[in-house]
Amino acid sequence: MKRYAPSQRSLLHKLVLAPYSIWAALFILVPLAFVAYYAFTDSNFNFTFENISRFFTATSVISDGESTREVYTYLLIFARSLKLAVISTFICLLMGYPMAYIMSRASSRTQKVLVTLIMIPMWMNFLIRTYAWMTILQDTGILNGLLGFIGLGPMHIIGTESAVVIGMVYDYFPYMILPIYSVMAKMDIKLIEAARDLGCNSLGVLRRVIWPLSLPGVISGVIMVLIPSISTFYISQKLGNGKFYLIGDAIEGQYVANNLHFAAAIAFILMVILLVCMAFMQRYANKKAVAA
Amino acid sequence: MKPASKIFTALVMIFLFAPIVILLVFSFNEAKSLSVFSGFSFYWYRELFRDSETLNAVKNTLVLAVCASAISTIMGTAAAVGINKLRNRYLHAVMDTVTNIPMINPEIITGISLMLMFVFVGRLFGAATSLSFWTMLIAHVTFCLPYVILQVLPKLQQMDSALPEAAMDLGCTPLRAFFKVEIPEILPGIVTGLIMAFTLSLDDFVISYFTAGNGFQTLPIRIYSMTKKTVTPKMYALATIIFFVILALLLISNLSDSDGSRVIKEAKQKRKKLKAQNSI
Repeated sequence: MKRYAPSQRSLLHKLVLAPYSIWAALFILVPLAFVAYYAFTDSNFNFTFENISRFFTATSVISDGESTREVYTYLLIFARSLKLAVISTFICLLMGYPMAYIMSRASSRTQKVLVTLIMIPMWMNFLIRTYAWMTILQDTGILNGLLGFIGLGPMHIIGTESAVVIGMVYDYFPYMILPIYSVMAKMDIKLIEAARDLGCNSLGVLRRVIWPLSLPGVISGVIMVLIPSISTFYISQKLGNGKFYLIGDAIEGQYVANNLHFAAAIAFILMVILLVCMAFMQRYANKKAVAA
Repeated sequence: MKPASKIFTALVMIFLFAPIVILLVFSFNEAKSLSVFSGFSFYWYRELFRDSETLNAVKNTLVLAVCASAISTIMGTAAAVGINKLRNRYLHAVMDTVTNIPMINPEIITGISLMLMFVFVGRLFGAATSLSFWTMLIAHVTFCLPYVILQVLPKLQQMDSALPEAAMDLGCTPLRAFFKVEIPEILPGIVTGLIMAFTLSLDDFVISYFTAGNGFQTLPIRIYSMTKKTVTPKMYALATIIFFVILALLLISNLSDSDGSRVIKEAKQKRKKLKAQNSI
């Protein structure tokens, strides 16, 4: 009988890993290097800081009726993206956390049904979902019809920052619920009972037992909502009527204008900022885990 | 559930399904309006099936999703096997980090980065347009791979490593042991990975938008160009059809899932009975 030496087997394992290693190097790492390369070169591929400095120094004049003021164009766009993304993430957390808790405490049959229900909208293309909100929020849309019917009068929603936030919350809401739910479903209910037996009130149980235990789910939920909402470009175009340029719109706009080097520069800056944020969050999570 | 929980759940469900219900209802609208329902008709469905460009986009999307999910499932499963066997901790960490990049990076950056490379390489070879079906396929395989690996890897880690070794001790070649012993063990992970890759590829817009050539249009890109102009309920008809296809798939997978678990339960009960009889 032929026996296979461990060295032969390990060679085999290296062989099966080879295609993916090559693929990952060629199509994950090299493209990221190209972002940096384009960001730091001009159209003749000579080294330059021009694109990066343009992001930080480009100014434009905006007028709101009577007064006009000069602003840093891209810094303002970035600040606006961050603001809307943080608001959306916070609303998702505020709605998603109790929902995940309710789901994790339901019977296993109800849990399964609720998870399926929450996932169904995710299977619809997000362009269509966003477009449906556009027709709902229009000045002559269904929501204003309902509001007029109960006497709250028509409200102007489409084209405001609120409309963009509604779109972001709707599109990314399941990404908040599902990670929190999966952590909470595994939580040992005896811990909650023990805390109660030892005299903890409901708020204390939430603050001292449930919240710390669910923190890993919350962190991955926050990351999964924050990152797509900070970099979106379709939602702001449709629900903001293109009035609210976000960082994603800036990248897409430069791409459409065939201004690839500046598009790469914006993408590069966004990537660096997100990496720094994520490193901080991960460290915070690790510290909490160690403390617990 | 407490009444307060029930009310909260109901409100969340209304929020999640209101747009979808509106979509379904207005796809049957007689008139072009997307806010006033004037009468029931199948007009927009007939219009949809006359729109050859959209139908072609559906075909393209399916072809791309089948190719991308097949390639990423095979390569991803092989990669998971290799990663699982990596003894070097440093290499292991490198592979983990690289695999995480497409999942953590915003889609727009993945799309832009691939596009920049394709354009650059295309220019090297003097091609006027370097974006085509093939660049899209590469992009889709790239963003599907991590999801396949993350589904298969835990199954490999759960598997008893003595199983394939026993098979090899009994005279299996490593390859035969892999197909006869390891594959059946990790099959649930492979199937979940395949389904995830397929749906991700079907649904992707952002990365496709940056890597698509002029000649090859997928459904999300077609929808994007439709929503740039004023939209007719034709798109709602399309969304309704997609919705019911998804619903049917989900119901079928749930049914077969509960069937599967029932079979396992019955087998377990039988085994228990046998054990009880043996102990007597």
